[in-house]
Amino acid sequence: MATFKDFRNDVKPNWCPGCGDFSVQAAIQRAAANVGLEPHQLAIVSGIGCSGRISGYIHSYGFHGIHGRALPIAQGVKMANRDLTVIAAGGDGDGFAIGTGHTIHAIRRNIDITYIVMDNHIYGLTKGQTSPRSEVGFKTKSTPQGSVEPALSIMEMALSAGATFVAQSFSSDLKELTQLIEEGIKHKGFSLINVFSPCVTYNKVNTYDWFKENLVSLNAIEGYDPSNRDMAMQTLMKHKGLVTGLIYQNKEQKSYQDLAHGYSETPLVDADLQLSKEKFDQLVAEFM
Amino acid sequence: MISQLSWKVGGQQGEGIESTGEIFSIALNRLGYYLYGYRHFSSRIKGGHTNNKIRVSTTQVRSVADDLDILVAFDQETIDFNFHELRDGGIVLADAKFNPTIPEGSNVTLYAVPFTDIATNLGTSLMKNMVAVGASSAVLDLDIDVYQEVVEEIFGRKGQQVVEKNMEALRAGAQFMKEQLGDSIQTMKLEKADGKKRMFMIGNDAIALGALAGGARFMAAYPITPASEIMEYLIKKLPSLGGAVIQTEDEIAACTMAIGANYAGVRTLTASAGPGLSLMMEAIGLAGMTETPVVIVNTQRGGPSTGLPTKQEQSDLMAMIYGTHGEIPKIVIAPSTVQEAFYDTVEAFNLAEEYQCPVIVLSDLQLSLGKQTVEPLEYDKIEIRRGKLVTGELPALPDKENFKRYEVTEDGISPRVLPGTPNGIHHVTGVEHAETGRPSESAANRIAQMDKRLRKLKHLKFNTPVHKQVKHEEADVLLVGFNSTRGAIEEAMERLELDGLKVNHAHIRLVHPFPTEEMLPLVQTAKKIIVVEQNATGQLASLLKMNVGHADKVRSILKYDGNPFLPNEVYTKCKELL
Repeated sequence: MATFKDFRNDVKPNWCPGCGDFSVQAAIQRAAANVGLEPHQLAIVSGIGCSGRISGYIHSYGFHGIHGRALPIAQGVKMANRDLTVIAAGGDGDGFAIGTGHTIHAIRRNIDITYIVMDNHIYGLTKGQTSPRSEVGFKTKSTPQGSVEPALSIMEMALSAGATFVAQSFSSDLKELTQLIEEGIKHKGFSLINVFSPCVTYNKVNTYDWFKENLVSLNAIEGYDPSNRDMAMQTLMKHKGLVTGLIYQNKEQKSYQDLAHGYSETPLVDADLQLSKEKFDQLVAEFM
Repeated sequence: MISQLSWKVGGQQGEGIESTGEIFSIALNRLGYYLYGYRHFSSRIKGGHTNNKIRVSTTQVRSVADDLDILVAFDQETIDFNFHELRDGGIVLADAKFNPTIPEGSNVTLYAVPFTDIATNLGTSLMKNMVAVGASSAVLDLDIDVYQEVVEEIFGRKGQQVVEKNMEALRAGAQFMKEQLGDSIQTMKLEKADGKKRMFMIGNDAIALGALAGGARFMAAYPITPASEIMEYLIKKLPSLGGAVIQTEDEIAACTMAIGANYAGVRTLTASAGPGLSLMMEAIGLAGMTETPVVIVNTQRGGPSTGLPTKQEQSDLMAMIYGTHGEIPKIVIAPSTVQEAFYDTVEAFNLAEEYQCPVIVLSDLQLSLGKQTVEPLEYDKIEIRRGKLVTGELPALPDKENFKRYEVTEDGISPRVLPGTPNGIHHVTGVEHAETGRPSESAANRIAQMDKRLRKLKHLKFNTPVHKQVKHEEADVLLVGFNSTRGAIEEAMERLELDGLKVNHAHIRLVHPFPTEEMLPLVQTAKKIIVVEQNATGQLASLLKMNVGHADKVRSILKYDGNPFLPNEVYTKCKELL
């Protein structure tokens, strides 16, 4: 059986020292091993940005796509081969700016993949511009007077869109993050895991210390029930979205693959490409 | 007795005009006639003039007819809008209900037939279409019994009584018309057809059927005119093969989802029209750079922007060839008939996997929505070829090394392994990359990988890249076109030949990479080249000049008013240029 070391490769990430994304990389490697995967059974599809490079830093199949489109690519991979474990990954710009439309529709479509967002509230690779996750007043190269647009409440947005698995974590907490990714992989449907992953170079506001001070663990809230959508929504609103842990899970809802009429129970990639003569003649006759 | 006839039915959109044409044409198809149907419609659900023009012949026809023999009108607007198309001696069958009139002094006969009244007396005015079909059939001297089968298929689900009522409406319409016609009944009597069963389908049906036969088991698409029929057909058929269709949130998702599924080994297509293709351009570049097969159908319509969404045009040609940033290998195929739309779609999936690149099947509205009689499609011609797809077991890789997915090879094509395969782990990326798929900015690697990708199509094998009708070693004129203009050009050519001109015709089927070697001798041996195309800037003419030269000999006939070329237009404009 594979260990997390089998998911390592010899590529040195081009992330800055101290970047939160290192922990996300390690957590994916550990979670994949913990759920019993072999490296060739995992496909990681990523977007563009610092975090998008992650598909090249894990020893598994990897597809580094275009900005904002990791989710449709990942859904296509899963539809083609339902036996593969598919993880989509990217940053907050990728998932909540250019790719927001895909995020919402991937959530409601509920194809069985896991989406990990490395959320640093800033555009890092382009050297420091505002993100849809930046707070009002946040000063960047593109908002020198401070941002006037409110930050997107993505966890509430996910719940509204009909999410069946919503979790949030902090890159400093490798143990919790690993565990949430494992649960996300095991979840039969779309799982969204937003990870606060600080940018040590361009975000001097939302630092490791800032998150430590402001994040509330759901484990510490007595009676918190992740199967209760109302409670999830209220808790998020009460804490301005700054909570960590499993926020909501609907274990009853079937995945897209299980609901799609006629969709093969065996991987589509194994289907016979040749139409039988009988089937072809039948299709042709319908036009006569 | 006549061997060819042109019939048109018109009225308000949402009034059953389409089904009137459907019933009439399906019955004629089953009698063995060759048909060509073209719909005029607008981008709205109800209201607005719509018509369906159907050409009936005892031999193959591939173009809209120049004129009209019979016009069936459900409103005065239909007469006013289409009257100019009627030939001398033509007839108008119009609903008596609106007191139809035709211009004075024309040699056209108007018959006011109580379509609505007859139908209402039989139970419901909805059957006025059947009365009209019955009246039309009387003019052609067709036996009403030929409709029995079609009516049963359409109305059988609603019960035998509905079938009988509709047959009664047909008979009543025919009876009324016979009495009106009296002795003149023979003038439009149609010669008997051969009675052979042939398919009758639109280009989009053929593309969708071609996708099934070509092994496509997944489609991701966003609705758009005039491409949606492809998705709708596959939604009906793919589940029975274990496959699926996802209607995505936009065309960017459609194209990238198709790329993801192809990467994972399932033949997947997307289909759209101009606006959708514009949105897909970045994704097409990704497929080119990651060497992922993908088949994209573009059913061209009037552009730019929203343009003329329900009208014919061929103005996406350059965009399909050059429309992505950077330089990638890409194949663009432009079928010109419904048969070809089928075979070319099958082949598109083979080429996409063999050359590991995007393949665009370029259609146009006239081909995609025009309904044609199709000679039998041959099962034995369907081939599945998957190129350098690695299927057997792979040897273990040295510790943590990647499989060389982008190995530099002589033909530029590298072995392709699907995710999930043991010992095949690799990375794919739109960033410039080394043989292992890992990002690389090395200048030497960049050159090696660019050359490798672009080398792939140097020796592209494609059967019949140009349709040649070459009767003359030296021609007065070479007519050139692509997609659905083939029929109009062929007919114009026949007429020009009757005038004593030596005419050759080349219809380009593989538009990219351009078939220069095939075209050069044809261009060299013609005194003049006339490129016939449906756009305002002469895109195919530009391509021809760019690839083949001889710019001084090249002339253009352009049309961009939204309507298909008629044979006579091509003929007349050629005469002006010659």
